[in-house]
Amino acid sequence: MTKEKTTFVYVTFIRATPEKIFEAITRPEIAARYWGHENVSDWKVGSKWEHVRDNDERKVNIAGNVLEVDAPNRLVISWSDPSEYDLPEKHSRVTFDLVPYEDMVKLTVTHDELETGSGMAIGVTRGWPLVLSSLKSYLETDEPMDVFAQPCATESAA
Amino acid sequence: MDDDKTFKALGDPTRRKLLDLLCEKNGQTLGELCGHLDMRRQSVTQHLGLLEDANLVSVVRRGRERLHFLNPVPLQMVYERWIRKFEQQRLALLHELKTELEGETDD
Repeated sequence: MTKEKTTFVYVTFIRATPEKIFEAITRPEIAARYWGHENVSDWKVGSKWEHVRDNDERKVNIAGNVLEVDAPNRLVISWSDPSEYDLPEKHSRVTFDLVPYEDMVKLTVTHDELETGSGMAIGVTRGWPLVLSSLKSYLETDEPMDVFAQPCATESAA
Repeated sequence: MDDDKTFKALGDPTRRKLLDLLCEKNGQTLGELCGHLDMRRQSVTQHLGLLEDANLVSVVRRGRERLHFLNPVPLQMVYERWIRKFEQQRLALLHELKTELEGETDD
């Protein structure tokens, strides 16, 4: 039984080098700055990677496999809820493509093989725009965004 | 400025409609999109071109088809820059009012 699959494509232009952006995705201590998570892996094809919350709890929120590595141009990983890591058919796929574009890099994140209407599909459509604008902001201005910001925040944004 | 392009692209009802259509169903062809609009194909192409320029729509070639995907990243940037900070001030006021009315002191 195959469920309907959906694809999302996110594009952002970042004033940085492909190397810097690739590092920002794959180096835990950098990802923690703008993503609130570390992406932990040895980044070899076939290895596991884990998306680990950067706090004391260090909860693994996403897990998957490294499918393709061509630093700093392309990274393909599979993506699943850690409880479904052992079920390959439940994995969706994320492709990062980095292409130099004048003095910028065009970063395209394609998230496909997602089950239409699933919690994961809904979650990632909220998550990616926030993460990518935070990444852009962090690399260009050294000011990441609060990716966990809730609309009900009561502190005024100083 | 990126923001100028975003706002300009959003300043047209047809283009907003196109974004709505892609929000409902992502990854549509020009033909599919035209089916929802009472407009010449050529005009729709022009509007899509402007949305693409503003990076609000990205095009992926799949075989012989060109699929249009909604790219909400620039909208997120606009939200961060132009909406969130005003929202937070307003919410802070509401929070103060609530604290006052309920006589809470723990904040």
